[in-house]
Amino acid sequence: MHAAVKEIEIPRATGLSLLARLNNNTMALGILFMLPAAIILLLFLTYPLGLGVWLGLTDTKIGRGGEFIGLENYRSLFNDSVFWLSVRTTIFYTAVASFFKFFLGLWLAVLLNQNIRFKSFMRAILLLPWIVPTTLSAIAFWWIYDSQFSIISWALVKMGLIDKYIDFLGDGWNARFSVIAANVWRGIPFVAISLLAGLQTISPSLYEAATIDGATPWQRFRFITYPLLTPIIAIVMTFSVLFTFTDFQLIYVITRGGPVNYTHLMATLSFQRAIPGGQLAEGAAIAFAMVPFLVGAILVSFFGLQRRKWQQGGKD
Amino acid sequence: MVHFTRRKFIQKTSAVAAGAAAAGPMIWVKDAHAQWNNTVEKGATLRVLRWKRFVQGDEDTYLANAKKFEEKFGVKVRVDSESWEDVRPKAAVAANVGSGPDIILSTNDDANLYPDKLVDVTDLANYLGKKYGGWYPVCEQYLKPDGKKWIGIPLGAAGNCIVYRDSQVKAAGFATFPKTNDEFLKLMKALKEKNTPGGFALGHATGDQSWSFWLVWSHGGRMVDEQNKVVINSPATIKALEYAKELYGTFVPGTLSWLDPNNNKAFLDGQVSVTANGISIYYAAKNSADPKVKEMAADIQHANFPIGPAGVPTEMNLFFNQMIFKYSKYPKAAKEFIRFMMEEEQYGPWMQASIGYTCQPLVAYEKNPIWTVDPKHTPYRNATKVMRPIGFSGKMGYASAGAMADFIMLDMVAEAASGQKTPAEAAARAQQRAERYYKV
Repeated sequence: MHAAVKEIEIPRATGLSLLARLNNNTMALGILFMLPAAIILLLFLTYPLGLGVWLGLTDTKIGRGGEFIGLENYRSLFNDSVFWLSVRTTIFYTAVASFFKFFLGLWLAVLLNQNIRFKSFMRAILLLPWIVPTTLSAIAFWWIYDSQFSIISWALVKMGLIDKYIDFLGDGWNARFSVIAANVWRGIPFVAISLLAGLQTISPSLYEAATIDGATPWQRFRFITYPLLTPIIAIVMTFSVLFTFTDFQLIYVITRGGPVNYTHLMATLSFQRAIPGGQLAEGAAIAFAMVPFLVGAILVSFFGLQRRKWQQGGKD
Repeated sequence: MVHFTRRKFIQKTSAVAAGAAAAGPMIWVKDAHAQWNNTVEKGATLRVLRWKRFVQGDEDTYLANAKKFEEKFGVKVRVDSESWEDVRPKAAVAANVGSGPDIILSTNDDANLYPDKLVDVTDLANYLGKKYGGWYPVCEQYLKPDGKKWIGIPLGAAGNCIVYRDSQVKAAGFATFPKTNDEFLKLMKALKEKNTPGGFALGHATGDQSWSFWLVWSHGGRMVDEQNKVVINSPATIKALEYAKELYGTFVPGTLSWLDPNNNKAFLDGQVSVTANGISIYYAAKNSADPKVKEMAADIQHANFPIGPAGVPTEMNLFFNQMIFKYSKYPKAAKEFIRFMMEEEQYGPWMQASIGYTCQPLVAYEKNPIWTVDPKHTPYRNATKVMRPIGFSGKMGYASAGAMADFIMLDMVAEAASGQKTPAEAAARAQQRAERYYKV
């Protein structure tokens, strides 16, 4: 083997054209091929993020450049009760919506993984809330929750269950749960379809073996489905949490952050202050304040993905 | 030194005029008596960005007028429109980067955000003011911030009036709509008792939040004093919030969630007897395909907001301005365009086509037939005349714009009205929030 290698004549780099030399250099080629992606990332990700961070440290307003003011915006936000209200609402919104999206999505995925009639049709239908543009579904929900025209209130009144219309969006907590419900409705398909894809990678022979051993459906789920699905769950839930945490459209269309800022998420508050309010720097600071939460969510996911024990459903 | 007698002067000037007239249609001859001198740059072209129409007639006539200008002056004009809330950031960015439309038609205090980026239009404002009976006070408050120099030309305001069902108000025992706050509260209570309540938007409605300004101002409360010091936490404001609480008790349920379209929908569905709005509700009813709604149009009436302890009208309406940016290569053409659009021949028909949505900034246009062709239009005639600017009674700028965009006034009223906070707590919180904008 060694002798054979020795016999091969290795072409000498000298005397070859630059292109040919480049072609032979894997390191250079690697860098070259990565360059477009790197440029795109730098231009469209690093630069805006960096600019956002910088803006948050200045007193820039729309239409007027700013000066570096250090952490003044953050200090001011620290004493701003509306900002803290939006932080609490965002965490609550994300936690509750993600919880429901996960369990309902998983349930749907397991259901759709069974041999049911019109399986393909059902799967296509499931995707509908995800396909409809968010703004359109938000407008539909805005009507559903309307204080005068709500179909839910109307139906309940007609059935004689309530005697006056529910104030879905006029009461702080009602409004929060209403927008969470809309978010769950919209987010379930993403979770369900992704988990369904994960379910289909699980070999049926495992289930057959378990069935022969007398495992109950719950045991099959607990000891086969769940452990093998964990890596997918980690990725899907990371994305779901990120999408929910940064949600904007649903809130902006349905409540605009009202009533009295009860449904303001950090994203909507950031927009309201930065664009209509012209306080670009403060808006940027609010947006940047979301980063630690998002990084936290990503780290949890990576941590989960790296842990074999977690993947196998065990504990540390 | 040459001495002119009156006779010699007339002879000379008429000879010049005759010569000019013979040489072709020259605008300066016609305008000589109105002290307007302007020569449009050669080869000028203009880009105009304006807020998107509320009614089709507005846009059609505006574009037709722009076309007339093109033909008369040989200046190509391109008009783009955006939703009024989107014009603000676009105009600010244009001002900042020094490139964009030559003329921007925007709203409220936008011109005060970048006054040094705008062309001084004092000559044009003076010319139009003299010719058409003068500008209403709010025009100077918005666009003549230092009391000397005009930084934009007012276009008018979108009026916001009380819209009510005449029959229901009469049934509640009121022959005419109340003119004072006390009477107004009595009416609202009576309407509630008759099961025909009124309702005003308390959600984050960008346009329909203006009634909350009226409410506070009418009691003598104000966000800032003349030196921009935040003074919202005052006994007058607390009085206003106590009044708001009583008023809210008479509202139809759900107003805390109302955004801009909600009151229109509820009113047209017959669920609300009194609300505040532009003339759009009346027009929606008048032009409705549904005979029941069409019938409602006859019962719809409009009134100006009642007057409170402040003793003067304290309305807030959406103000429109016209700004020329310094980066424009053709500032003279831009001025000429605005002048042309504001002249009676163009502005009059445009007002009519706007069917009462836009109220004039110049006194002479009060006589426009649109205000009398249908008596129901008449209350909207006063929109610009009686209104106050959003940053009353301080200076306009980033702080006033930010405080309004953050719904500080509206949230304060909503908190106190709904009982989530006491009037004193709500006023204290508004003070704290406003101070962040007006940086103490």
